[in-house]
Amino acid sequence: MSFDPGVWLAAILTLCIFSFLYKDNPFYKFAEHLSVGVSAGYYLVVLIRQTLIPAFVNPLMAGYWHVVPELPRSFGIFLLIFPVFMGILLFARFSRKWAYVARYPIAMIWGIGSGVVIPLVLQNHVIRQLQATMVPITVQSWADIGNLFIAVGVLTGLVYFFFSKEHKGLFGGTAKVGIWILMIGFGSTFGFTVMARVSLLIGRIIFLMKDWLGIIG
Amino acid sequence: MGTSVVHLARLRLFLFIILFSSIIGQAAFGAENDWLITKPPLINKLYDTPNDHGKSIKIEWLSAEYDSAFIPEGYIIQRADSPQGPFDSIGFVPIVNNLYTDYEDVINKKDYYYRVAVTGTDITSPVEGPVQASGQWFHTGKTTTFVFSVVFCAMAIAILIFARRGVQFYIRPIGGINAIDDAIGRATEMGKPILFVPGLGTASDVATIAAFTIMERVAKKTAEYQSRVIVPCYYPETMIVAQEVVKSAFMDAGRPDMFNSKNIFYVTTDQFPYTAAVNGIMLRDKPATNFFLGKFYAESLVLAETGFEAGAIQIAGTDEPIQIPFFVAACDYTLIGEELYAASAYLSRDPMRLGTLKAQDWGKAILVVILVLGIVTASVFGSDFFIRMLDVNVN
Repeated sequence: MSFDPGVWLAAILTLCIFSFLYKDNPFYKFAEHLSVGVSAGYYLVVLIRQTLIPAFVNPLMAGYWHVVPELPRSFGIFLLIFPVFMGILLFARFSRKWAYVARYPIAMIWGIGSGVVIPLVLQNHVIRQLQATMVPITVQSWADIGNLFIAVGVLTGLVYFFFSKEHKGLFGGTAKVGIWILMIGFGSTFGFTVMARVSLLIGRIIFLMKDWLGIIG
Repeated sequence: MGTSVVHLARLRLFLFIILFSSIIGQAAFGAENDWLITKPPLINKLYDTPNDHGKSIKIEWLSAEYDSAFIPEGYIIQRADSPQGPFDSIGFVPIVNNLYTDYEDVINKKDYYYRVAVTGTDITSPVEGPVQASGQWFHTGKTTTFVFSVVFCAMAIAILIFARRGVQFYIRPIGGINAIDDAIGRATEMGKPILFVPGLGTASDVATIAAFTIMERVAKKTAEYQSRVIVPCYYPETMIVAQEVVKSAFMDAGRPDMFNSKNIFYVTTDQFPYTAAVNGIMLRDKPATNFFLGKFYAESLVLAETGFEAGAIQIAGTDEPIQIPFFVAACDYTLIGEELYAASAYLSRDPMRLGTLKAQDWGKAILVVILVLGIVTASVFGSDFFIRMLDVNVN
C-alpha cells in the first residue's frame, strides 16, 4: 500500500467519482464540486499567464508597442490595446443600461471565428475529402472493392443529406443505402471507442490495485 | 508551449556547438582542408519565401564537390547587410541538404546578402544578393479554396435573393426535429425544467452557432409554455451569447419577465469537470427533456447515458462523426451531422434560412458532379486531372 498522500488523494477522488455508478451521493457531489472549482481556478490562472501577461502586459510594460514593424507605430499600439478594450466591453453585461455594448465583442468573435473556420472547413472537410474519394475503380485487385465501397458510400451519403428533395423512388433508395452505410460506420466507431474507454477503465483499476493498494505487481 | 521552448533551446544549443566546433576546426585545420574541396558550393536560388507573411528567405545552392578523403559535416549559412560583410553565421545544414529557410530575425523590405561556407574549411560560395523578404496578400496555394468559397457564397447569395422575392423552397421532413416541440410540451406537463447543453465548442464554431438557433426556438416555446430552461456553458463567451439568445426569445414570446439570467451559467472550461457538473444537474434538477446540440467529444456518452438513466427524453445533434454513434445509442432522437445545421432553418420556416439550405444542396450537387467526374476519369483514363485541379498547397 502506498504512503504517498498524492496517491491517496487521487485514489479517494477516483472512488468518489465511481460512486456515481450506484447513485448520486455526497461523495460524488464533493468530487464534482472540487473538480469544477479547481479546474475553473486553474484555467483562470492559465489564461492570465499564457495570454494576458505575454500578449498584453509584457509588451505594454516593456514599451514594445511596435507589434508589426512594417506598419506605423500607432497601428501597433492599436493592435495591442484594441483587443483588450473589446474584452473589457464584455463586462458591460453587469450594467442594465450598457449591457448591449457587450454584443460588439461577441460580434467580433463570431465574425473572426467564422472567417477563420469557413475556409479551413472547406479545405480540410470538403476539398481534401473529395480528392481522397477520387479513387480509380477497376477490377484488377481486392483493393478495388474497397475503392468501390468508398465511392458508393460517399455518393449515397451525400444524397442522404439532400434536404430540398423528398426521399422517394430511386433518390429515396439511394439515400437509404447512404444511411445504412453511415450506420455501419457508426457501429464500428462505437465498438472501437468503447474498447478505448474500457482500456481507460483498466488504467484506473490498475492505478487503484497497484499504485494505491499494491495488490498487484 | 513549454515543450517548444525547450526544443528551441536545444536546437540553439546544437547550432552553437556545431558553429563553435566549426570555428575551432577552421582555425586548426581550415586552410589544410581547402585543397580537398574540388568545387565550392554555389547559391543558385535566393528568394523570398512565397505565400507567407514575410520575415523569411529561402536559399538553395549547388552542393560542393570534395575529395573522398574528406567529407565535410555540412554547410554554414552566412548573412550580411552588404556584399562586403561582415557575415554572421545564422544556421547549419547537414552536407546532404542544399536548402535553408532563414527565419532568424529577418526584417521585411530590407536587403540581405548570403553565402554558404563548407564546415572545416575556409571555402565559401560567392556572395549572392540582395534579396528582400515580403509578405503576400494572396496565398496562391489556396486558390482552390478561394474558388470554392466564391462559388458557394455566390450561390447562397443568389438563392437568398430568390427567397426575398418570395420563392418558396421545399424542405423534406427531418426525423427528430418534429419531436422538439413535443419534448418541450412534455416537460411543461410534468412541471420539470428543460436542459439545453450547447456542447464544448466555442461561440464561433459552426455547430455551436447551429445550436444557438435551435436554442432560440426552444427558449421561445419554453417561454410560451411558462417552463424553465437551464443552459450550462463551457466557455464564458458561449454563456454571454446563450443569455442573449434566450433573452431575445423570451422577449419575442412576450414574456421578458420570465427570463432569469441565472439559468444560463458558466461551469468550467475543463471537459470532465464540466461533464460531472452537467451530470449532477441531470440528477438533482431532474429535467424532463435534455437537448445535447453542438460540439461534443468524449463526454457525449457519459452525458447521454446519465440523461437516459434519469428518465429524460433526449434530443441530440453534433457534427462530430465519432460522437454520433453514442447519441444514436443513448438518445431518443439524433440529428446527424448536417441535419443539425438544417434543423434551425426547418424549425423557423423562414424563407431566408430555407434558402441557405437550398444553396447548400446546390453546393452538394456540384460536389457530386465533380466527384463522379473525378472517379470516372481516374478509372477509365487513369488520369488524376481532377485531383490535381483540387490541389491545396498550404506550405
